[in-house]
Amino acid sequence: MASSHGTPPVFNNKVIAWIDHRLPIFSYIEKEYHTFPTPRNFNYFWNFGAIATVMLVLMIATGVVLATNYTPHVLMAFDSVERIDRDVPQGWLIRDLHMNGASFFFIAVYVHIFRGMYYGSYKAPRELLWILGVVIFLLMMATAFMGYVLPWGQMSFWGATVITSLFSAIPVVGDSIVTWLWGGFSIGNPTLNRFYALHYLLPFVIVAVVALHVVALHVHGSNNPTGIDPKGPQDTVPFHPYYTMKDGFGVVVFLIVYSLVVFFAPDMLGDAANYIPADPLVTPTHIVPEWYFLPFYAILRAVPDKLGGVIAMFGAIAVLFILPWLDTSRVRSCTFRPIYKWFMLLLVADVVVLGWCGYNPPAGFFIPLSQVATLYYFFHFLILLPILGKIERPLPMPPSIADAVLKKKAG
Amino acid sequence: MRRLIVSGAIALAALVAGTGAVVLAAGTEVHPKHQHWHFQGPFGTYDRAAAQRGYQIYAEVCSACHSLSLLAYRNLMELGLTDNQVKGLIKDIVVPDLNDDGQPIERPARLSDRFRKPFPNELAAAAANNGKAPPDLSVIVKAREGGADYIYSLLTGYVPYDKLTPAQIKEFSIGKDDNFNTYFPGHRIAMAPPLADDKVTYADGTKATLDREASDVTEFLAWASEPWMEDRKRTGVRVILFLLALAGLMYAVKRQVWADKH
Repeated sequence: MASSHGTPPVFNNKVIAWIDHRLPIFSYIEKEYHTFPTPRNFNYFWNFGAIATVMLVLMIATGVVLATNYTPHVLMAFDSVERIDRDVPQGWLIRDLHMNGASFFFIAVYVHIFRGMYYGSYKAPRELLWILGVVIFLLMMATAFMGYVLPWGQMSFWGATVITSLFSAIPVVGDSIVTWLWGGFSIGNPTLNRFYALHYLLPFVIVAVVALHVVALHVHGSNNPTGIDPKGPQDTVPFHPYYTMKDGFGVVVFLIVYSLVVFFAPDMLGDAANYIPADPLVTPTHIVPEWYFLPFYAILRAVPDKLGGVIAMFGAIAVLFILPWLDTSRVRSCTFRPIYKWFMLLLVADVVVLGWCGYNPPAGFFIPLSQVATLYYFFHFLILLPILGKIERPLPMPPSIADAVLKKKAG
Repeated sequence: MRRLIVSGAIALAALVAGTGAVVLAAGTEVHPKHQHWHFQGPFGTYDRAAAQRGYQIYAEVCSACHSLSLLAYRNLMELGLTDNQVKGLIKDIVVPDLNDDGQPIERPARLSDRFRKPFPNELAAAAANNGKAPPDLSVIVKAREGGADYIYSLLTGYVPYDKLTPAQIKEFSIGKDDNFNTYFPGHRIAMAPPLADDKVTYADGTKATLDREASDVTEFLAWASEPWMEDRKRTGVRVILFLLALAGLMYAVKRQVWADKH
């Protein structure tokens, strides 16, 4: 059944051949996941797409099991989650996997986004591939936010209050929209029910967008650390077994780190206040979202005006959509961009600083710090990127991927 | 490339270390006293004897005001007691129920019953406690920053009125009938000092000092918050060992596959 590039596969198994003649799923798998020519020079950053996919499947699998035991009612949700931990066989394992899985899914996706930005994977002809990725990121944020509401603890309730109230900043219709989102005049059972329904629905939307993301990826193939397009067979290897093995190894290493948290510090990434049942009459002294939202939360609070803050927060994600056109450099990879490389790492530091600001109460020096960091975030995308592409002189590039690999081996 | 991995690792480490530092810096209140707990660490288990004594403290002291609604009496068997021993512990407890005519009655507690609540409902609990119901203790150790250390510190952190400085009395507006606790945020706490030397007479003959009582009941509440903890850690050791072996194999195969491409 083996085949080389280009020629259609021949299946010796009669059943597979019969099916494939009518529904070419085996040809598809053969073409896209076996012989698919893939740059030979990936580093381990290229594992994180596969890792994110594994986490998505794991989240859906554990989520479906949790849903069979969860009760979406304001009076019963908290206890039903505790019941999963206490009375459902291995229920604690499923819940620890799911709640920490969200964090590790975001870790994988943040690394994946960083890799895309550092190596210029968003540039032509991969703009739509990148935009689909940003759509996935947005859907993940919505899904994670609504999932965090479901245990109906104090942070669930007050986090939902803060985030849904953002829509009241919209002029004229804001308050009506909030009432519509809540399904009433305060956060209550209708809110919990619709969040539960959407939390179950959106992951399957994510799966669909991931499928489009993969289809778009397979049109022009993957980018690579040099950012140079493969020029022939000497620059590529078949996806299987080379990258199935390398991705498989990366996935297992990632699962080891994930398991350390799941089994030895399952509440490390959560907030203690979420083990207090939701109480609409008691506002926590300090409302913090989950860690993966902290940079955006800091941007929201950095702007003194409520509507301005909401616009800035959504703007921080909106700039990602137009990133392919903000970057004017003709060179993809930061490896050959001696100045931008450092600004890229500075952006990472800036986002970490924003996260730190988001974690702390908006007081003292965290206010000016979050404002400076927010300004820098937008400066990076809206001013630095367009200008730097014009004035930066790239380093000399190797003629091909194979040359780059062989030179590195010799050097 | 290697440089990039290193800088990525440094950024990640800075992120992790940064959050840790922030967690410490976030609280303006006094840091809880750090205790050595039997259940700490990747192999830590609950001290059964301490937790059993802790149940005695809960039953004789805390349960007058605090519910433990997520636990059933049968759960006590996980603390190393036989069903007959648990039945002995609960023989004097009655729980509310309905009889066949639908009339409210009280009957002796069974192993399958949830822990009896001290008040019939939240309003009654609040009314009997100056307007605020005492918190349920089922997940209290997980629901407070500082966990077991905080609970222990709180229980041993009371300062009598005559030992307070005038500055403390003024700053936290403490009256003669108020309770000052070093570790409670804001220091003025509604709960009167619940424990004292010889508050209970331990069934196993252990001398009941305030310190002993506080750490025993904390051990019990830590168990109540997460009775499956030992199972979690045991499973974790197996999973990690399996994944390490699998990673080793995967790496070997990956090297083999890539041998002709490097």
